[in-house]
Amino acid sequence: MSTDTKIIDTFVEGEYKWGFVTDVESDDAPKGLNEDIIRLISTKKNEPEFMLEWRLKAFRHWVKLEKQQAEPRWANIKYDTIDYQDIIYYSAPKSKKDGPKSLDEVDPEILLAYEKLGLPLHERERLAGVAVDAVFDSISVATTFQAKLAEIGIIFCSFSEAVQRHPDLVKKYLGSVVPYSDNFFAALNAAVFTDGSFIYVPKGVRCPMELMTYFRINAADSGQFERTLIIADEGSYVSYLEGCTAPTRDKNQLHAAVVELVAHDNAEIKYSTVQNWYPGDPVTGKGGIYNFVTKRGKCEGVNSKISWTQVETGAAITWKYPSVILQGDNSVGEFYSVALSNHWQQADTGTKMIHIGKNTRSTIIAKGISAGHGQNTYRGGVKVLKGATGARNYTQCDSLLVGDKCGAHTFPYIEAKNSTARIEHEASTSKVGDDQIFYLQQRGLPKEDALSMIINGFCKQVFRKLPMEFAVEAQKLLSVSLEGSVG
Amino acid sequence: MSMLEIKNLHVRIENREILKGLNLTVNAGEVHSIMGPNGSGKSTLAQVLARRENYVVTEGEILLDGKDLLAMKPEDAACEGVFMAFQYPIEIAGISNVYFLRSALNAIRKYHGKKEMDAMDFMPFYKSKMKLLEVDESFMTRSVNEGFSGGEKKRNEILQMALLEPKLCILDETDSGLDIDALRIVANGVNAMRSPDRATIVITHYQRLLDYIVPDFVHVLVDGRIVKSGGKELALTLEEQGYVGVEAEARATAVAV
Repeated sequence: MSTDTKIIDTFVEGEYKWGFVTDVESDDAPKGLNEDIIRLISTKKNEPEFMLEWRLKAFRHWVKLEKQQAEPRWANIKYDTIDYQDIIYYSAPKSKKDGPKSLDEVDPEILLAYEKLGLPLHERERLAGVAVDAVFDSISVATTFQAKLAEIGIIFCSFSEAVQRHPDLVKKYLGSVVPYSDNFFAALNAAVFTDGSFIYVPKGVRCPMELMTYFRINAADSGQFERTLIIADEGSYVSYLEGCTAPTRDKNQLHAAVVELVAHDNAEIKYSTVQNWYPGDPVTGKGGIYNFVTKRGKCEGVNSKISWTQVETGAAITWKYPSVILQGDNSVGEFYSVALSNHWQQADTGTKMIHIGKNTRSTIIAKGISAGHGQNTYRGGVKVLKGATGARNYTQCDSLLVGDKCGAHTFPYIEAKNSTARIEHEASTSKVGDDQIFYLQQRGLPKEDALSMIINGFCKQVFRKLPMEFAVEAQKLLSVSLEGSVG
Repeated sequence: MSMLEIKNLHVRIENREILKGLNLTVNAGEVHSIMGPNGSGKSTLAQVLARRENYVVTEGEILLDGKDLLAMKPEDAACEGVFMAFQYPIEIAGISNVYFLRSALNAIRKYHGKKEMDAMDFMPFYKSKMKLLEVDESFMTRSVNEGFSGGEKKRNEILQMALLEPKLCILDETDSGLDIDALRIVANGVNAMRSPDRATIVITHYQRLLDYIVPDFVHVLVDGRIVKSGGKELALTLEEQGYVGVEAEARATAVAV
């Protein structure tokens, strides 16, 4: 056996570090999905009539899709059939009062859970200047900095709160980028979503801090369906950070989220994600999160810009294509991605850039890392419509293989209907060589540090796009995810 | 005690025996040159000293200051002071030279229980060595060897050596692919590092490098064994007679003895 293979064989030993379960009394709905459950969710959340109607429409559409067996099967992933009747669709941590009004009122168990995630809210609030809207299972438990942001007109709250306090905005934008009929999982989400984040940045306001949400799936067998909506009005700017972790569970948990972004004239939205959902058992591949996410932004106004940056290290299955509709003239869409599949993880991820307006530009930088038995697929679409004169796209898609049992796949789709379009596509596949690792070792670096350095180097273009503290976390996560990978 | 003692070293790679009973003693302060034809085992010796894994030692021992080198992992050998300037330095995308070198230096310092060096202290140290190797400051921020010319790569190797201050320097055909100017710069760097407590092993095909780095001893390696050793003048003899001549002579002497 060559050393290379040996190095790789030890790649299966890293363990999931966030595998703890928080013992909080849950207020669960019964398992299963029907109109009564939808009504229950809507009632529990005290929603206005339009929300219930929208949910029911979505649900009926989803039922139709399910009957037609329209669950998407085109992705390069394999998983057991999901029994949608075997999932709890509503699970809220019980509180003594109707809801916590400040951090002090938050269940200490929950706060402890955040601490284990390295996310002490008080600390964050005080030191980092980050406003944290933490989603714990389905209900938002703590929203900080709200008041401060409100002074300059920024609304940053849980989706439920937005439904109560800003129903007009919700009504206007909900489903405007990802309609409930968009796809199977989007329809499911629209029917049953329980919470998420809502941000509105008014005209001309530059959000002075990074806004952040940490999602965490806790209760057993509860799918999490969060929904986030971000609106940047004319000339505004906002940067949003989303991080995810889930505890160890034997059973696969479904996660089907929807994120919608709307950027008006001259507005900019930067959306960064670091995702480390439980990837499943390193040896057997059992368990782990199924992550079916629809993320899409619309550059509605002229000169607007939407930028997605993602670091995907977790989940058993990742099905995710953060996209941008470049509708406004001169609008800009960006996608920077690092996706790691180690052990038995499967990722089918990429983006879609849809050029509609004139002189629209898009950049795609996708870095895929495959290790262990991991399968990593980049799937990207660049579409230039007839009216998109002067549209430009640059795509760079690099794959890195660690070992000889993993796989990297690339499916770029390009469609140009305007002859002035300029589309560039570069792709590469390389392997972490024994000789690279040896070179670094010969200079005194331990083997694991050597591998971690090579991989960080590979991802640098993307890490550079992350806000500082996230970049540090992303690097740490990659190292943790690769732990035990070299002997 | 000698710094390096190699006794009866037998090495295989993929079932082919490359080194067949090599003996070599190197003392601190000395420069040894190992010369020999292609396939004689010169690079194998360098790789074994650097603890490259796929070389299997079937017999013999190597002591570094009395410690069993063959029991060390590559990074431990490096931390114990073994440095190899690679014949073909590897490219590492996205990692700057300055970051890489500071990490390496600190790994070694940590191994010796020393405090890590921060960027403030490291920079002036790095810059002084860059001057020695006549290297442009843009080197610092460029990715390790990425897009470097052959000469730049070799200079970068010696620059690393100057920074990490090993006790045993191994130059594996550092002269290959170098023009005269680069050769002079590299040699200057190596000569600047000569010191009573450091030893250097220069592996080369050609006598040319030895005009610049003058060795104390020259060894001729043929078919996995050192067949002849001598002073710097041996390199000149080799240049005249070729390896075949020297080998034949060595064999004749061996028979006579």
